[in-house]
Amino acid sequence: MSDQIPTPKRFSVDNYAYRAAPRLGVRGWLRWGWRQVTSMRLALVLLLLLGLAAIPGSLLPQWPQNAADARAYVDSHAWGPLLDRLGLLDVFGSAWFTAIYVLLFVSLVGCIVPRAIAHGRAARQRVSAPPHQLRRFAHHSVGEADGTAAQASARLVTWGQGRGPLRWLTGYRTHSEERTARDGTAEVAVALEMGAWREWGNLLFHVSLVGVLFALAFGSAYTYRGQAVLIEGATFTNAVVDYDTYSAGRLYDAASMEPFTLRLDSFDSVFDATGAPVSFRADVTLTVPGGTPTARDIRVNHPLEVADGKIYLQGNGYAPALTVRDSDGNIAFSGPTPFLPQDGVYTSNGVIKVPDVTSGPQLGIVATLYPTAAQAMDGTIASVNPQLLNPVMLLTVYTGNLGLDDGVPQNVYQLDQTNLTQVLGDDGEALVVDLQPGQTITLPDGLGSITWEDTPAFVALDLRADPSLPWVLLTALAALAGVGVSLFAPRRRLWFVLRDAPDGTHTLVEAAVLAPEHDESAARALRRAWAVALGGDGRDTGDQEESP
Amino acid sequence: MNVTTLSVMALWTAATLYAIALVAYSARLGQVVEARSAKRDASSTKPDAASATRSRAFGIGTSSMFVGAGLHLVGVVARGIDAGHAPFSNMYEFAIAGSLVAVIVFLILQRNRDVTYIAPGVAAVGAFVVVTALRLWYVNATGLRPALDSYWLVIHVPIAVTATGVFAVSGIASAVQLVRDARTRGVRWAQARIVRPVEAAPAPERLEALAFRLNAWGFVLWTFTVMTGAMWAEHAWGRFWGWDPKEVWSFVIWIIYAAYLHARTTQGWAGRRAAILAVAGFVAIVLNFTVVNLFVQGLHSYSGLKA
Repeated sequence: MSDQIPTPKRFSVDNYAYRAAPRLGVRGWLRWGWRQVTSMRLALVLLLLLGLAAIPGSLLPQWPQNAADARAYVDSHAWGPLLDRLGLLDVFGSAWFTAIYVLLFVSLVGCIVPRAIAHGRAARQRVSAPPHQLRRFAHHSVGEADGTAAQASARLVTWGQGRGPLRWLTGYRTHSEERTARDGTAEVAVALEMGAWREWGNLLFHVSLVGVLFALAFGSAYTYRGQAVLIEGATFTNAVVDYDTYSAGRLYDAASMEPFTLRLDSFDSVFDATGAPVSFRADVTLTVPGGTPTARDIRVNHPLEVADGKIYLQGNGYAPALTVRDSDGNIAFSGPTPFLPQDGVYTSNGVIKVPDVTSGPQLGIVATLYPTAAQAMDGTIASVNPQLLNPVMLLTVYTGNLGLDDGVPQNVYQLDQTNLTQVLGDDGEALVVDLQPGQTITLPDGLGSITWEDTPAFVALDLRADPSLPWVLLTALAALAGVGVSLFAPRRRLWFVLRDAPDGTHTLVEAAVLAPEHDESAARALRRAWAVALGGDGRDTGDQEESP
Repeated sequence: MNVTTLSVMALWTAATLYAIALVAYSARLGQVVEARSAKRDASSTKPDAASATRSRAFGIGTSSMFVGAGLHLVGVVARGIDAGHAPFSNMYEFAIAGSLVAVIVFLILQRNRDVTYIAPGVAAVGAFVVVTALRLWYVNATGLRPALDSYWLVIHVPIAVTATGVFAVSGIASAVQLVRDARTRGVRWAQARIVRPVEAAPAPERLEALAFRLNAWGFVLWTFTVMTGAMWAEHAWGRFWGWDPKEVWSFVIWIIYAAYLHARTTQGWAGRRAAILAVAGFVAIVLNFTVVNLFVQGLHSYSGLKA
């Protein structure tokens, strides 16, 4: 750098007030920034930020978890649109949440790589010798042993290295040296060190976390899932078109889907006396291409494993089969329609659209099914049990144009009433038809008739294929193992200084331990080593109290 | 007496005994502090006599705690027999089992070292949780709903219960550490007479060592809870992680304790700030168990209570 400092540029990263002050420069600033990013303090702050940032995700309705609630929230709260813009209604997909965890992982990698290198080097270096002054370390003890210092040292080293096939795991790294003490006399210094596992566990944990992140990214790219409603007796084929809703990762190739078929033979639900669910079971016939049909079942908590994924039983309900005849007596509609259960007693709502009438206007029916209908004091009907003990259906009927020919996709569970008029009864009020199974009622004004034929059940199935599952499990287990080792593997140093007594009959032994405060077994380890140094076999003599 | 009454009676008695233990242990701590200051004043007279002999208050505390834990165990087991399944299926069962774990963790700790200084806290938590569960969260024992009828119920939930119990004790240790630290530093509120028994607690480093050992166990157990939860969710709901409110809070708790573990080894954060994080972690657990169970809609709606 020349002595002549040029005039500062208009844009400079380090606009110091004093021109002569040394500059960091771009590289310096980058290095400074990297130091900050990889510092433990920043990691800590990022961790806390991540925790804090997750909280709104549990308190506000989230788009991916509950789109209906999120929409309602945006519509009904003045703050809704702003919160939505800020990503608070999709916290875990928001840019700032992503930014926090990406920065956290950058910090993690930046911290862990140098540490791993340093630790690898340290593991190859010899154990450092004990300090000259042991007095200021924990559990400092002084005693006498028979024999020479060299013998005691050899005993300690042999004991410390351990025996058996697991000595590489459970043994100490040892070091013994003859040296001159501060007062000029000769002494043998022995160091037993344990603790590399702790750091290896720590590294394994953090590397595994990076692994989990990669596995998750891999999974989200190659996953696919779809939901389908299947009525008893109906068959479903594993193809994109057969799903009611379907979503896939960016890199998943839908052409590779295995076109198995699944038929719902029957659905059994069991409820106890109070109407609480006891079990749900869907009996299905699974046919894989080129295979024979096999009978299987799907239960809650017991998904059906298929070629590349699992099929879950996510919901169930009733799909009343109605036959609608038009004014000429021709069958305009016939078949089961899934009704969506609204509560625990399966009060279910459904919509039947009848566009194919030979004469007269199109029909739309909005129906509510009460599986076990009971009349309350005020005359209203409610269901008191989820089973079909006294099924009753209440229908309201609309005529006009269903709007199905516009080409705009419609929700099959909702009736677009813009071009429809409600059919009225004789009293001029909206007509409410009361129907029971097997019954046929004739609509007024020659609109036709409705027959309730049967009430099969339907199930809502959810298929999910995620090739990353074994990897997520593997990396998560590695993380668990790593964190366990890093927290419970002991890290301690046992130090001995052995000195031949001036008269040569025995050895003066001095010992101490360096271990973290929480390592309660360090004292026990030192007691054992102490016994060895004094000539024992290293078994803990047991109950003696720790010296204070 | 049928098994339902047996369970409830045993639990009420256990809670009463814990309340007695709370008073007795507090008295014991008072004695320890008195004896120490007396020793300091007149250093020659009978050193250690007062603190070495185990006083009557200590005996009452310990026996109440032991018998209380025994009856508590009877209460939990009887509830399980009553329900016909492992008693972890709703908030009431989780609360009585979790508080039992906290008391047992304390009794195990007390076996090998003197941790009487956290005893009043543990007894208070035991009594408070059991009474709250009986008064507010009680529901009749029923069979398992299909969503819970899985072998994961006896893997995932007991680990969560154990982790919660361990964190409760470590949270108490960290709280004692903070109060003791505040008293030593001369913070105004910590000079009150009622806070005096914390002087019976050892130095903050010893408390931190105890809290760390417990938190280390708690953290591993919690990691395992989250993992088994994810595996169960994969089995039951078709995804292992879906940011359900309970999952969000489990994640937040995990993050707080991870931050605690990092804080312990960070300059300027070790000691007091780390202890604050440990207490915050336990507060998050309590929130996860109460607020999220009762007021937030999600898939983990197993409290059995009607909102």
